[in-house]
Amino acid sequence: MTNVKNTHDVHLSKAVERIEPSGIRRFFDLASSMDNIISLGVGEPDYTTPWNVREASIHSLEKGLTSYTANAGLLELREAISVYMESRFQTAYDPEEEIIVTVGASEGLDIALRAVVDPGDEILVVEPCFVSYAPLVSLAGGVPIPVPTSMENNFQVNVEAIKERLTPKTKAIMLSFPNNPTGAVMGREELAKVAALVQEHDLVVFSDEIYAELSYDEEHVSTAALDGMWERTILISGFSKSFAMTGWRVGYVCAPAVYARAMLKIHQYAMMCASTMAQYAALEAMKNGRADMEEMVASYRQRRNYFVKSLREAGLSCHSPGGAFYAFPSIRSTGLTSEEFAEKLLIEQRVAVVPGHVFGDGGEGHVRCSYAASMKQLEEAVDRIAAFVKNYQN
Amino acid sequence: MTEKERELLLLIEKEGRMSAEKLAKMLDLQLNEIKQMLHQLESRNVILGYSAIIDWTKAVGTEIVTAMIDVKVTPQRGRGFDEVAERIYRFNEVKACYLMSGTYDLSVVIEGRTMSEIANFVSEKLSTLESVISTTTHFRLKQYKHDGIIFVDEDGADPRIVVSP
Repeated sequence: MTNVKNTHDVHLSKAVERIEPSGIRRFFDLASSMDNIISLGVGEPDYTTPWNVREASIHSLEKGLTSYTANAGLLELREAISVYMESRFQTAYDPEEEIIVTVGASEGLDIALRAVVDPGDEILVVEPCFVSYAPLVSLAGGVPIPVPTSMENNFQVNVEAIKERLTPKTKAIMLSFPNNPTGAVMGREELAKVAALVQEHDLVVFSDEIYAELSYDEEHVSTAALDGMWERTILISGFSKSFAMTGWRVGYVCAPAVYARAMLKIHQYAMMCASTMAQYAALEAMKNGRADMEEMVASYRQRRNYFVKSLREAGLSCHSPGGAFYAFPSIRSTGLTSEEFAEKLLIEQRVAVVPGHVFGDGGEGHVRCSYAASMKQLEEAVDRIAAFVKNYQN
Repeated sequence: MTEKERELLLLIEKEGRMSAEKLAKMLDLQLNEIKQMLHQLESRNVILGYSAIIDWTKAVGTEIVTAMIDVKVTPQRGRGFDEVAERIYRFNEVKACYLMSGTYDLSVVIEGRTMSEIANFVSEKLSTLESVISTTTHFRLKQYKHDGIIFVDEDGADPRIVVSP
């Protein structure tokens, strides 16, 4: 075998070169190289997809339902999503014109941004947030402008913080409540203040509501359900978190037809349609998945209660996360950076948590702990975290 | 019944040994509130007992034979099926007894050390009751799931990657 020197110059797009690989990656590599760890670093449910949902997908295969669906997804599924959105969150969408089934909420975010953002547009991104937001804004040609939130304010977005960052180039704002990684939720009143500002400055809202069902203390309020917001909101959601369907990659976007048509263009050229078998599974989840989901939600709430109280007893201050399945305690009392804390905790106590800074600068001083783990694991993890914190606080 | 009481029952139904401290944390209540709630549920006979679910096939030398018996009976005037059911469920060998709709009347679960022990019970105690018309005995061959607990050994490993967004 001969080695031929590659004389080809590498040509990468500037957009790709500008973005950094996910900060989660480095930590994943480190944690994966170690044995016997308790992982609180996982951003997905610890449940397997309920059996009836899996069975519906098997049945679709048996019936040979293996062709493309409509670009926007199975009409039956869109109709089910439409009924669900209206009954659960008081947001009505026409299944034929205003709903697109996507390859996970991730694709939904991508096509939403690409449909709206022009080069140079500034997009406000409320931080700490899901790791993909800022890179996806950049890939769409936009400029992500972080809007920080803080534990003192329960990680809710503050209208003044938005005002300070508004410029003539500001086109949209990205909201995500309940939030990954903080678990923060926004009530109707707080959200209405943001909505008023958004309308005053004629912004588009990307509202990632993938954790909507995982709201423990109060009913989730959808941004699109607020007065005057439906027409300017692109709502992104999916089945991954509430129905324990992460690997299926089924999500959806709901938006006024003018936005939906634009997103559909990108979706049809890039993806054609979401996986057919996964769409049948999602349809079963919509029709008959409520009881399983409610059971999972009840269990997350109990674990949230247990875990957050135990973290506080261990000496870490932690706001009460109203949703999702993450606690985001402050680790400042240890004198360590979030990276140092996570790394030392992993090495010394074999517990994996995610350093907060990977979710944006506002996350520094915190770590994300997922309590979507068994009670046994949580109890053991809390003991180890307590021992660790005691050591560093002295 | 309050929502918290229902939640408490669901938790201890799954794991009866959960400490009151842990229950209090999970349900966001004070320790004395949980203790009081448990006490009340016990005194109201909502909680009838706390038992362990054991896979006896794994406990060496303690094999147990289980049979499910379909029983047809003649109901008694004035008391329907209750009197004959009571005469049956009083036996120690009887682990469960249900009134059924359909082709037979009572479903009776019996446990014994050997098949002949169960056969003796059916032929001498159960069939000889005056109200009993017929019995059909089914021996249980393998237990896959009981009271919501799956008995087949499953790989308990977490298939999720250790860190994900």
